[in-house]
Amino acid sequence: MTPIVEDEDQGTSGPAAVGGGRVVTEALDVTHGPILYLDDITVSFDGFKALNNLTLTVEAGELRCIIGPNGAGKTTMMDVITGKTRPDSGTAFFGQTIDLLRMTEPQIAHAGIGRKFQKPTVFEQHTVFENLELAMKTDKRVRASLRARLDSAQGDLIAATLEQIKLADAPDRAAGLLSHGQKQWLEIGMLLMQEPRLLLLDEPVAGMTDAETERTAELFNSLAGKHTLVVVEHDMDFVGAIARTVTVLHEGSVLAEGAMDAVQNDERVIEVYLGR
Amino acid sequence: MILVRLIRCVLVVFALVAAMPAAALSPEQIGKLVSEDPDVRIEALNAVAAGDDESAIGFLQALAEGNVQTSVSTKKIVIVVDGKGTDATTGKPVDALPGDLDEVVANNVFRRELAAAIATLQLSSKDRAVRLAAAKTLQDETESDRLPIVERAIGKESDAEIKGLLERVRANLQLNSKDKPVRLAAIVSLGSSVNPNTKTILLEILAKKGGEFAEPDADIRFAAQKSLAEVEGRLATGERIAQVFSGASLGSILLLAALGLAITYGLMGVINMAHGELIMIGAYTTYVVQNLVRANAPDLFNWYLLAAVPASFMVAAAVGMVLERGVIRFLYGRPLETLLATWGISLILIQAVRTIFGAQNVQVENPVWMSGGVELLSNVVLPWSRIVIIGFSAVVLLLVWLALTRTRLGLFVRGVTQNRAMASCLGVHTGRIDTWCFGLGSGIAGLAGCALSQIGNVGPDLGQGYIVDSFMVVVLGGVGQLAGTVYAAIGLGIVNKFLEGISGAVLAKITVLVFIIIFIQKRPQGMFALKGRFADA
Amino acid sequence: MRKTGPGALFGTRGWSGVIAALVLICAVAPLLNLGVPKESIFHMSDFSVSLIGKIMCYAIVALAMDLIWGYTGILSLGHGLFFALGGYAFGMYLMRSIGLDGVYKSPLPDFMVFLDWKAYPWYWSFTDHFWYSLMLVVLVPGLLAFVFGYFAFRSRIKGVYFSIITQAMTFAFMLLFFRNDTGFGGNNGFTDFKRILDHPIFTPQMRMTLFVLSGLALVGTLLLGRWIVTSKLGRVLTAIRDAESRVMFSGYDPLWYKLFIWTLSAVLCGIAGALYVPQVGIINPGEMSPANSIEIAIWVAVGGRGTLVGAILGAFIVNGARSWFTVAFPEYWLFFLGAIFIAVTLFLPNGVVGLISQLRAQWRDRQGAKAA
Repeated sequence: MTPIVEDEDQGTSGPAAVGGGRVVTEALDVTHGPILYLDDITVSFDGFKALNNLTLTVEAGELRCIIGPNGAGKTTMMDVITGKTRPDSGTAFFGQTIDLLRMTEPQIAHAGIGRKFQKPTVFEQHTVFENLELAMKTDKRVRASLRARLDSAQGDLIAATLEQIKLADAPDRAAGLLSHGQKQWLEIGMLLMQEPRLLLLDEPVAGMTDAETERTAELFNSLAGKHTLVVVEHDMDFVGAIARTVTVLHEGSVLAEGAMDAVQNDERVIEVYLGR
Repeated sequence: MILVRLIRCVLVVFALVAAMPAAALSPEQIGKLVSEDPDVRIEALNAVAAGDDESAIGFLQALAEGNVQTSVSTKKIVIVVDGKGTDATTGKPVDALPGDLDEVVANNVFRRELAAAIATLQLSSKDRAVRLAAAKTLQDETESDRLPIVERAIGKESDAEIKGLLERVRANLQLNSKDKPVRLAAIVSLGSSVNPNTKTILLEILAKKGGEFAEPDADIRFAAQKSLAEVEGRLATGERIAQVFSGASLGSILLLAALGLAITYGLMGVINMAHGELIMIGAYTTYVVQNLVRANAPDLFNWYLLAAVPASFMVAAAVGMVLERGVIRFLYGRPLETLLATWGISLILIQAVRTIFGAQNVQVENPVWMSGGVELLSNVVLPWSRIVIIGFSAVVLLLVWLALTRTRLGLFVRGVTQNRAMASCLGVHTGRIDTWCFGLGSGIAGLAGCALSQIGNVGPDLGQGYIVDSFMVVVLGGVGQLAGTVYAAIGLGIVNKFLEGISGAVLAKITVLVFIIIFIQKRPQGMFALKGRFADA
Repeated sequence: MRKTGPGALFGTRGWSGVIAALVLICAVAPLLNLGVPKESIFHMSDFSVSLIGKIMCYAIVALAMDLIWGYTGILSLGHGLFFALGGYAFGMYLMRSIGLDGVYKSPLPDFMVFLDWKAYPWYWSFTDHFWYSLMLVVLVPGLLAFVFGYFAFRSRIKGVYFSIITQAMTFAFMLLFFRNDTGFGGNNGFTDFKRILDHPIFTPQMRMTLFVLSGLALVGTLLLGRWIVTSKLGRVLTAIRDAESRVMFSGYDPLWYKLFIWTLSAVLCGIAGALYVPQVGIINPGEMSPANSIEIAIWVAVGGRGTLVGAILGAFIVNGARSWFTVAFPEYWLFFLGAIFIAVTLFLPNGVVGLISQLRAQWRDRQGAKAA
């Protein structure tokens, strides 16, 4: 593990004072606009290039949709951003100063990147309330956890999030007993409790009913601006409902980028999707 | 094997020679040889040895075997074999043995001298085997009077091996010479020996007695030091070969033990703590087959392994399949529970064997053709049993590889392990494949037990000793990888034996365990890890 | 709005249980053993005292195992090692307090005299001080667990892999302690203890003192465990068990959480070992055998993983059964133990506690059905 850097003087990774699980006080530097820079990232597994010189920039406050056929590298890209996979080459920056490639998963989470998995991942043995409590932005070191008590502001925050994810009537239900769609919502709620600057959402509406999907689209639209969202999705109607900018990945690099209509009419994109 | 036959040959020749009448020696010589005075006897013996009369061997042999008897009343010297007497001086049979015959007692010193004298005389034998045996007998000889004969023998000798041996004998003898250049030359030539005894000789030259060097001459000490280093180097090479060999043999056993695990754990993901007990069952099956053959067909005892190998495979496989059907099947996808349940099974199997066969170790004997070994150097003997086991492991490995890559079962197994649901959709009975696959892994454990029974103790706790080792092999080699298992098993075996040479068995084992624990830090998925998205799925 | 902190340690029933246990251990048992004459049917035999005292030490180990396995999902097959190390650490003190009363009348323990050693090796320094050896009881298992755990958890070894290397660890230590040259008595280990703090060790009073201390340690461990599992820390541990990657992406570093509970668990085992050794009068490397460690897991599984009461219950059930079997049918004990392993994993995933609460729920349903 990289030692926990106390503060300052780390050149490019200056505000990487995000180790060990304490609350980040350092502000994220987005003065130049983009919140996420991926530059020339390559990841290969046994010769197969999952990401091939991928370069991608996301502006702060943006709601970006990423689409692409299976094996295009969407999940791998998220793995790189969240520290799960280390790329063979390339750079990844969060804001101007935070070097993501030098941080562990918890550190990245603390820096303000939240991630929702493809398969909804919640703490099934815990209640809905406890799930949100565990996700809440706070001091997450061992000693603090041993003494942690919720204050009323935090209680209110959890209550508000429960409303937001439509689970206010089931705070004491074990998360494992929720429906698939409800689990997706709970996971999104947990991300919100983390108060991240950037949310990475991997297929958030998979397994949801049409009504749920619609509500999710509303939620995402309301979040954009305050948060930055990167959504990977196959459901084109959903993408159409939320997308401002769409990026198409293919074989590990960006094939096309632009507004939904433009991308949908792009010759190369049609070719990739329809296999012509 | 070859060596055993050689020795037998030599013994037969000796026996023939001994039975021949010994007329070659003069009556005075014979008289001196049976004298009461040890000095007279030895002097006479050396005189005989200095000649090259091969026919004297018969009498010397009889002396050595205690067959020469003297009669005080008749002054006769008689060789008595099986109650029949031969007059030593005339070579004629003695019909009536005198009543007061008394055995000529040869003390240890004289016996040794006799052996050397016989060997010296045998150096001029026409039979290569006899000469070779004689040259070997003389390796530790230091009596410098033998020098001329040895020189003569070297001159006449055409066989390179015998000549080499004799040259060392000469060097040995020259060491006791009074002439300094001779001694120096001798020390230099001792440097080319592989006989561990030469080391002792050289060390004696270098030894200190009461603060003084035993050898006053510094040049000789210097030369001895140099030769000693050479001999030690060569002996170390021998030891290293022996270590590599016993490492390979330990590795081949680990391989057999781990190969079954590579299938049940590596391919199927079932962590079977009773694997060691399946090995034990294989060993006990071998024991039972051995007893059955001994009781019913003792003539075929040498070939009981031919029945024991398939029997131990089938019995262990059957037990394994019952376990899979009865217990393990219900625990797929819950590795920690499988671990505990199979541990319970192992306890039951151990106690069952104890109840049936008793808590003591049982005796499994090697067939005759597996005893003995190949002598590479004078200090390196490779036992046949271990050579056979190395070969056996290689064959089993090949068969497993063929079974997995060339048969329908193998195809199904690979299909099921890669994508159970898809295989099931394609009409593969995944449940049945699991059972067969587990049976295969268990059967190989049984084979490992059969092999182990040939070189180690067979007892109820046999399996417990191998389970940690074989899991280490699988962990080190990486899950789902036959090649990794093979390299890890052999590598661990050799490293273990090398360390044993340096630091003793227990510390070696501990070092290896620590090494593995550190290794896993760096490569948690083993040496031949799968990378990518599925690696930690 | 609702609960705003860790839940209370126990409900009223829980607390009354704890207090009842304390009264039983500290007052009733001493009275029945030392106060009631031997002829009376109310007399508690010395055998029962030492058996229950021993099992209470095992129960501490079971609690420690439950914290790491039941709550955090990490199955250790090396907890017997920490138990034995605690025992050895305190055993060193006990060996030194034999003084000149050994067979060879030497200031060195008999096994060192036998090996022809002239002085204590360095790691025996200061072990004649009672408090120093108590410190070792905590430090040695704790430090070993910390270092081992740090490297294992840092490289994210988990599941069966972790279990296997902990087994290898205890196996390696067993081999090490079997060596005479290691300086801990080899095969025979430590035995023939004479006294603790100048009080003779084999007296009814000392036996009862150790019994009470073990009981207090057990209750203390239970309270500590309860405090941990009802805190947010406890919820994080369970979360690590159920979805470790979610924990990581929520900003918790599982390394430190695992390391904390793992080290604590090892320390608790060490303390249990130190209480155990003077009661049984011997410690040898056999305690480190992989079989012993794996058996600890089955105590917890029998009682019920993830419930502290279950761990204690399991230790009493299995060890009680063992002491009955080894007298009544010694040759069937392993059959029985093996059958427990299989039966619990196949049919009782939540152990006895799970079974009881299931039966109770069914009974309540039936009552409800009748009422309706």
